[in-house]
Amino acid sequence: MSGPPDSHTVIGGPREPQPRGAKVRPGWPIDQSEAADRFIAAPRHLQNHDTRLWTLRQNRDRIAHGIEEWEELRELASQIKEHTLAHLDHYLEMFEANAKANGIHVHWAADAAEHNRIVHQILDEHGARSLIKSKSMLTEECAMRPYLEGFGIEVIETDLGERIQQLDDEDPSHVVVPAVHKLRADVAEVFSKTIGTDPNNDDVHYLAEQQRETTRPLILQADAGMTGCNFAIAETGTFVVCTNEGNADLSANVPPLHIASIGIEKLIPRIEHLGVFVRLLSRSALGTPITQYTSHFRAPREGGEMHVVLVDNGRSERLGMDEFWTSLKCIRCGACMNTCPVYRRSGGLSYGATYSGPIGIILDPTFNRTKYSALPFSSSLNGSCSNVCPVKINIHEQIFAWRRVMAETHEIPLMKQAMMKAAGELLSSPALYRAAVSGADAALRTLPKFIVYNRLNTWTRAREMPKAPDHTFHDWWKANREKTEVQP
Amino acid sequence: MRVGLFVPCYIDAFEPEVGISTLELLERFGCEVDYPFDQTCCGQPMTNTGCHAEAAATEALFVKNFAPYDYIVAPSGSCVHQVREHLTAVDQTEEVRAVRARTFELTEFLHDVLKVDAFPWAEFPHKVGIHYNCNSLRGIGLAQASEPNKPFYSKPLELLKKVRGIEFVQPSRWDECCGFGGTFCVFEPGVSAKMGYDKVSDHAKAGADYIVSADSSCLMHQKGCAERIGLPLRFIHIARILNGARQ
Repeated sequence: MSGPPDSHTVIGGPREPQPRGAKVRPGWPIDQSEAADRFIAAPRHLQNHDTRLWTLRQNRDRIAHGIEEWEELRELASQIKEHTLAHLDHYLEMFEANAKANGIHVHWAADAAEHNRIVHQILDEHGARSLIKSKSMLTEECAMRPYLEGFGIEVIETDLGERIQQLDDEDPSHVVVPAVHKLRADVAEVFSKTIGTDPNNDDVHYLAEQQRETTRPLILQADAGMTGCNFAIAETGTFVVCTNEGNADLSANVPPLHIASIGIEKLIPRIEHLGVFVRLLSRSALGTPITQYTSHFRAPREGGEMHVVLVDNGRSERLGMDEFWTSLKCIRCGACMNTCPVYRRSGGLSYGATYSGPIGIILDPTFNRTKYSALPFSSSLNGSCSNVCPVKINIHEQIFAWRRVMAETHEIPLMKQAMMKAAGELLSSPALYRAAVSGADAALRTLPKFIVYNRLNTWTRAREMPKAPDHTFHDWWKANREKTEVQP
Repeated sequence: MRVGLFVPCYIDAFEPEVGISTLELLERFGCEVDYPFDQTCCGQPMTNTGCHAEAAATEALFVKNFAPYDYIVAPSGSCVHQVREHLTAVDQTEEVRAVRARTFELTEFLHDVLKVDAFPWAEFPHKVGIHYNCNSLRGIGLAQASEPNKPFYSKPLELLKKVRGIEFVQPSRWDECCGFGGTFCVFEPGVSAKMGYDKVSDHAKAGADYIVSADSSCLMHQKGCAERIGLPLRFIHIARILNGARQ
């Protein structure tokens, strides 16, 4: 949360309603562009979102550029991850053996459903009716919260941003700052309806304090606690959780039962590798040297129990994809989101998926190819995401590759493909092409069709058309430079 | 040195002056320049949309047109990026690989191959902001982008510094994408236009009279955006300045 602490009023008239995310229609691709247009139509939200995330990107630059060996660190991190992924079976078994030796119960989940069943079973065996948890994108991916709530188990998010999103019944819009798309006034409204704060008070300290007051008792009374995992270390069978609010420590240590959900790509071989990632993670995410808390979990506390659930949920399949397996290197820092000019102007919820922004575009189609078939086109392919990625994932090249996969598997609209077929035929025939663009007026009619392939003229909706000059370069060359052959 | 001049479709149709400036500039430095008459396009509109199969015939035509030359030069980093990095729908024969490797963007050709040290005829007494097309910047390295911890360089800037009377202004987000993005500008028109408005506003705020770029496609989009929101900015391709255009 940021902003002046004592500003209770919104400048510039009545409150701007928060734009909501992508519309989900079963069987239809998510239309990110439609949701983005609604986000852009909310100028205060747009400006706040763009500014906050651009500030994170600038902070990241400042701190990363202060480290001489930054680019070497990125390369090293990339190599460690690629090595681990190439020997994942080996390191997973090593982790399992060492974790068991530490007294941790280890479970394996092939997919989201199995993960949720395992967690429920553990809770059930302990008679647990309430679960406090720290932030975990994996549990979002598994839709665990609604599953457990279906059994009457109360789930309480303890990360502030995540709690805001839970109370608003909305998915997180960013992997690190889940409520970054909201204004203070939006939070004040959510809290007034859910935890009874003053709807007219959007002071950040007031809101944070009220949230703390209402959540603390729930934390103290919880039957079980859950965390995610940033890094799982094979040689020690331990795992590390990085937070800024200390809420993972509360979630793990207050109740007697600790469950950690761990995606199988979180493995790193040795404790000495951890330093490389810890140096990169928070610098890339927020532009800070390190998260406030880097908590190591090794064994259950005396009288307590510790369980880890190792989750595949499509990761093994992704590992087998030649062009896309390196997306498993991701450490969920969100730097690609912060830098993405499209994401900053459309909001994470416009992607209609657990993972949004550039990394989301390349992960989401592995979960549901048709639903996320249009996402690879929600990118200008500018490449900034790949440049900030601390583990050197070639994100924009994978977005480009996903476009090809979508076209090859007929997941792009027929009209788009038909247009490209026509363009390909025109552009591969000099005679047809020249006939089409002969004379500038004709060019103006034809060339914009590459752009204006659909019935709505999307170019002129927001921009002026270029003016056609008197002649093409081609005509000029013909008139001025072409060597005329003299006939005998 | 035989140079094949590639004039991308947007430049052919909308900015023939950029093609003429490129031609004259190369000739001033002693290149024997030819314009293969049957040229059309590099195939980018199709591959950018994922339709690689649909681009194959256009790519084959490109290779056929340009195979005879020592160098292929185009006043468009974006199209050169397509040829160098993405011209892959055709079989990668020796000829295809040679054409791809010999294709250069104009400013890198002037900077790296011809190693030009002066443009005695060039004078441009205006404040300019430089715009880098993202494929030119992060794809083929015309300049060092802001993200990596690496020393800054800029080939277009090095060349422009040799122009008399020119002044440079620096927008705050100098290498943020302008939102053109090829077919992105029609698939995501709202975000694309908003990015364009922000880009031209940033240059105007920095005090630019002109936005100069090595890519006409971005400039066409930005010009349309500036006109729509009523900013009195002017736009010019770098080839024209280096060839002596005064405005």
